[in-house]
Amino acid sequence: MIGYVPWHPTQDVDVAVTPTLPFAFRRALPALVLAAVSLVAGCAAQDPAATRDVFDPYEAENRRVHEFNRGVDRLLVRPVSKGYTSVVPDDIETGVVRLAENLSLPADIVNNILQLNMRGAFQDGARLVVNTTVGLGGVFDPASEMGMAAPTNTDFGETLHAWGAREGAYIELPFLGPSTTRHTYGIFVDLFTNPLTYVLDSPESLIGTGAGVASGLSQRERFSETIDQILYESEDSYAQSRTIYLQNRRFRLGGTAGEGYTDPYDGAAGGGAAATTALEDPYDE
Amino acid sequence: MTSKLTRRFVIAAGASALGLSALPGAARALTEARARALIDRVVSDINRVIASGQPLTRMIADFERIFARYGDVPIIARSTLGADANRLSGGQMRDYVDAFRGYISRKYGKRFNEFVGGRIEVKDVREVKSWHEVRSMVYLRGQSPFEVSFLVSDRSGQDLFFDMVIEGISLRLSERTEIGAMLDRRNGDIGALISDLRTSG
Repeated sequence: MIGYVPWHPTQDVDVAVTPTLPFAFRRALPALVLAAVSLVAGCAAQDPAATRDVFDPYEAENRRVHEFNRGVDRLLVRPVSKGYTSVVPDDIETGVVRLAENLSLPADIVNNILQLNMRGAFQDGARLVVNTTVGLGGVFDPASEMGMAAPTNTDFGETLHAWGAREGAYIELPFLGPSTTRHTYGIFVDLFTNPLTYVLDSPESLIGTGAGVASGLSQRERFSETIDQILYESEDSYAQSRTIYLQNRRFRLGGTAGEGYTDPYDGAAGGGAAATTALEDPYDE
Repeated sequence: MTSKLTRRFVIAAGASALGLSALPGAARALTEARARALIDRVVSDINRVIASGQPLTRMIADFERIFARYGDVPIIARSTLGADANRLSGGQMRDYVDAFRGYISRKYGKRFNEFVGGRIEVKDVREVKSWHEVRSMVYLRGQSPFEVSFLVSDRSGQDLFFDMVIEGISLRLSERTEIGAMLDRRNGDIGALISDLRTSG
């Protein structure tokens, strides 16, 4: 049990798994994202997700970015998150995390509609209404207390998946951490999918960014054991974050995991199939 | 071990007494029930450890016992080696499995303190390819539930789980990556890997 348990209702799951950074940076660093998008534009046409393989043609570059991200975490994010969570009272911290979650709902609703996931759009919409009113702008979470459906926490990367786009190559983005070609396009588009950014003027729109950054710090601390284990205790933290990100991301997009595995009891397991990450039956021997 | 055999004998005897074994599909139904029964015991043992409130070292030892009793440690260990598994002698493989069990137990067992106050519930079972997937939900305080699946097979001759998948993240796949990296760092030296595994995690 135990292992990697990096999520929470009020948080963007793969960002938490991602050993590096909170989704606020997605807004804070559009330039970097743009650079990354152009870097990966026009990528491979195969779909590694189908075979559960790792498709990592930019590994050398990715590893350099990974070392950079690790430095950012070690020198900045990790210490700041420890300071932030020790200074700010827990109730306020939780309120900020919920606020960030609530502010991300409009974009999730847009993406749900684009995915033709009307049920998800409706559920997120109901949650938004309840938490914005009864929950005083989203600082409280009466929706969850009332037993309403969990937020979908979707993104435009998932929309692209729903539209049939392939996963593409694995990419580690500066500050943002593990991603794929498809997810990176999604991050870029999500800079524009949040309707709030069109409604709010300059100072107010910064609330979302600020809450997102603060919420990211809370999550860095909350899952610090998991993230530290991946980033600092693994003998190859790059490969470890890559496999964990890809497995979790595919699970989120594909629903249940089981189908993708193969029986390790089948012969190839101990033998020839070493290079592939497919889950096979180990008893096939 | 003996209790397992006894239980299986009882189930088999009961099934044949009812004439179930003559019915098509009966074996499969039985296996679903057995897969679930196995994970029910795993989960109740884990819940007991979580609720025990004992110090971490004791929790780790308890986790190691659960892992060794209900999990097929040799096949998990072997599959994390990939093709390198074929290079090991019988004695080396025994040492490796032994070191691997301790490593996994420390690495995952030390996370048990995050589970204090939480619980696990078995949800459903389904047949997937040649094994059964038993899904459970983990409920932790102040956190939304997340999914943990156990992949159960009887191909070892006993009902045992051969993987644990947390929100899509397979223990076996993640550890294959890690063990592969460790082996690379030691230039493929199995002996060095085994001796370092005994202290890491």
